Amino acid sequence: MRAEARLGFILLLTPLLLWLTLLIIIPHIDMFLISIRERVAVRTYETGFANYLTFFTEPLYLVTFMRTALMSVLATVMTLIIAFPVSYYIAKIAKGRLQSALFLLCLVPFWVSELVRTFGWMILLRETGIFSNLLQFVGIVDGPVEMLYNDTAMMVGLIYTSMLFMVVPLVTTLESLDDSVIEAGYDLGGNAITVTREIVIPHATPGIVSGCIVVFMLSLGNYLTPTMLGGKESLWFTELIYSQFIVRFNWELGAAFGFLLLGLSSFIVWIALRLTGQTLEKTMG
Amino acid sequence: MTPDLECVKLTKTFDTIKAVDDVSFQVPAGSFFSILGPSGCGKTTIMRMVAGFLDPTSGDIQIKGKSVLDIAPNKRPVNMVFQHLALFPMMNIGDNIGYGLRRAGASKAEIATKVGEVLERIGLPGIAERKVDQLSGGQKQRIAIARCMVLEPDVLLLDEPLGALDLKLREHMKIELKSLQSAFDTTFVYITHDQSEALVMSDQVAVMNEGRFEQLGTARELYYDPKTPFVAGFVGDSNRWSGTVDASSGNEVRIKTVSGVSLTGSAQGRPLAKGDRAQVFVRPEAIRVALKADGISAFENRIVGTVSSLLFNGANSRVLVRDDASGGEIDVALPQSGEFASLTKGAPLHIGWNAGQATCFAGGTE
Amino acid sequence: MIPTIKQSRFARFSYNAYIALFFIYLALPLVVVSVFAFNDSLFPSLPWEGFTWDWFFGDERPKTGVFNERGIMRSIRTSVFVALCVSVLSVTVGTCNAFLFNRYQFRFSGILYVLMLLPLVIPGIVLGISILVFSSTVANGVEDSFGWDIEALRPGLLLVILGQFSFITTIVTLVIAARLKRFDTTLEEAALNLGATRLTAIRTITMPYLGPAMIGAAVVAFLMSFENFNTTLMLVGSDAPLTIAMFDRLKEGSTPVLNAVSLLLMIGSSLLALMMIAFQKKE
Repeated sequence: MRAEARLGFILLLTPLLLWLTLLIIIPHIDMFLISIRERVAVRTYETGFANYLTFFTEPLYLVTFMRTALMSVLATVMTLIIAFPVSYYIAKIAKGRLQSALFLLCLVPFWVSELVRTFGWMILLRETGIFSNLLQFVGIVDGPVEMLYNDTAMMVGLIYTSMLFMVVPLVTTLESLDDSVIEAGYDLGGNAITVTREIVIPHATPGIVSGCIVVFMLSLGNYLTPTMLGGKESLWFTELIYSQFIVRFNWELGAAFGFLLLGLSSFIVWIALRLTGQTLEKTMG
Repeated sequence: MTPDLECVKLTKTFDTIKAVDDVSFQVPAGSFFSILGPSGCGKTTIMRMVAGFLDPTSGDIQIKGKSVLDIAPNKRPVNMVFQHLALFPMMNIGDNIGYGLRRAGASKAEIATKVGEVLERIGLPGIAERKVDQLSGGQKQRIAIARCMVLEPDVLLLDEPLGALDLKLREHMKIELKSLQSAFDTTFVYITHDQSEALVMSDQVAVMNEGRFEQLGTARELYYDPKTPFVAGFVGDSNRWSGTVDASSGNEVRIKTVSGVSLTGSAQGRPLAKGDRAQVFVRPEAIRVALKADGISAFENRIVGTVSSLLFNGANSRVLVRDDASGGEIDVALPQSGEFASLTKGAPLHIGWNAGQATCFAGGTE
Repeated sequence: MIPTIKQSRFARFSYNAYIALFFIYLALPLVVVSVFAFNDSLFPSLPWEGFTWDWFFGDERPKTGVFNERGIMRSIRTSVFVALCVSVLSVTVGTCNAFLFNRYQFRFSGILYVLMLLPLVIPGIVLGISILVFSSTVANGVEDSFGWDIEALRPGLLLVILGQFSFITTIVTLVIAARLKRFDTTLEEAALNLGATRLTAIRTITMPYLGPAMIGAAVVAFLMSFENFNTTLMLVGSDAPLTIAMFDRLKEGSTPVLNAVSLLLMIGSSLLALMMIAFQKKE
């Protein structure tokens, strides 16, 4: 490289390296170091895996962890199932103005804070809420019904909150599928089911994977929706992390929890990429 | 014998535009039929109606004598080679070709044999495992045809499949398509805007313009005996004059052109009376060139002119001759037999042609 | 399937009905939030007590409108400040990153690219605590060795900004890189050929081309920062941005003031997004 180009290269590389090392890599290493620290006396620490041991021996932690993972997977799958027909409609059936209008409508809810969206669901679902009143008005029930503070409400909120991140990548990949390829599928004897299975879904795989990864991450790391919509029983792992850090001030255990959550998310993302033969660069970049 | 494909009074209207206007034709079994026309003439609309992706506004489409209007595209005994081929990028070659067989419920073993056979026939054995993007343009072309032929359709539709290829390969594929057609012995319906593709390959060509068939015939008929001014202008190259009929006797017409030249042409049975507006078409390759006046004395039409430019293009070389009398420019094919090798710009030249080579039509604008 | 392939009337009807239901599902929470901002009642719920502007302009307790709520107004200002800082920082670094990956082939570019994508797959709350832990380690270290207490490294606005910046930069980089990838580099070569220096060529040719993408990325960064909750929650100090302030209010019980703020938020971010779209259409 010429001297000038070399200088340019270094100038461009520096912010990237500063950002990645100071805000991503070192903080996570530090978090790991804290998590393998045991407090033996005031301001005296020893290295050990006691925090991780606590996690594995306390059923509440373990159950919450598994529950969070499973519910997040469930939320992801449901989001995919709900979003796919809609994305297909926007990408392949709606044309011109209708197409851009529908796409824009999908984006609108996500320009506002997640808090507002959750608040909306609270107004709809709670005992004094719209649905409860509506059911009473129609006469299906006699008294107020509480639909908030349970797993279903939480699921509805999680799916709602991550919808956009599924729709956008799906619409993008589906739009790139040429109409004539679908027509060829029909021309050679296919029908709606086989064309969807053999042509549309394989084509959309990169979009499906990237949508699923993002939605899964958002569900797993969500704190707001489980706290506001979920009940006492629907404990979410992020709530444990929050309480260790902010309420109990036990950073060592909190850091261990954080690391476990990170491990879980990396593991599931890795599995998803392996199963579908995709790479992170291809699906995200 | 019932034709493989027959369209009866086929009409398609989009909003107020008649894309296809009362078109009827028959395609005999085993023949190569082309629809030739400029873009937007309605040829793609006809093809998509035959394939089942568009419903005709009125008229009927019959395959082997049976109407297929109520049959969905995935059940019709026609298959289509798409303009950009539409090979499935998510499958390998074998799966692409086997796709239709899988839809028909063929067994795995049967699919494998048939795919192997068809690959053999198109001269690409053993590439079933390859990816679509590992093939060259010509190979993709053959795979797209094989993918349809393996289903043994009654009619194969081809929508300008050579458009994306470069010139050399296109020339080669013309010959190859024709030989594939005779090897499979299937009816091909081919649409194109490239007259050379249509003329070289087809048994029958329909020239289409503004939703209607202008003329239907063999390549030879279209070239030598165009029935409409559009066909005369669209198929092959032509010099064109407009004028008024001066005299007519039997088949022969004398026409006084706008620029004042008097030409003799053939009316081919079309009624042309004295005083009618008329236009004359003469092909550059039908004009004889001579250095001296006696070289063209046998022709009814003789013009003395000067070379205004020489367009050398090997066998297709042309010379533009400026008519000394009227100043009009005439496009003339230049024989490469050697005697005109020393011709230069500004040189005097005698040109002439027979009345039979000058096709006259009524009408004309100028 | 696609419009050229006929489907039965029933199939088409069901599909359209499904799409309609989906959009009702999308709109419902936002509509109710907006409507109850105008309910003349102390709670955002039925029955409807009549229309009022009090939750926007009211100046008496218990019906203090948004514009007279000191706490809310202050948190909006905090949010705007944080979002502006995050946009400027992330667009600057994101542009550098986009150029780096687009223009240079270097040994570890593949690994760096994957590292650059990582913040997308780290849960926001983990990102928050890792930065919290690290900054405290540094702050404690400095205090122990030098006896200085660096306030900025304790939970507060600086950490909030850094925390949001750490993942928003990835998204901004992707947006700008996507546009840069489509840039025809021969345009730059043409500029060089016509006598421009390398930097002038980039300034006069490439940057104007990237402009819309950079503005778009800045708006996205602004909106993402404004609505961020998970990372912010772990890093926030005494100055709470709007989402945190609203969260604290919501925990105490909801009043239509929150609906009013929400409606303002919706209008604000929609306007911002529409401006961005209009701007990019014009290009």
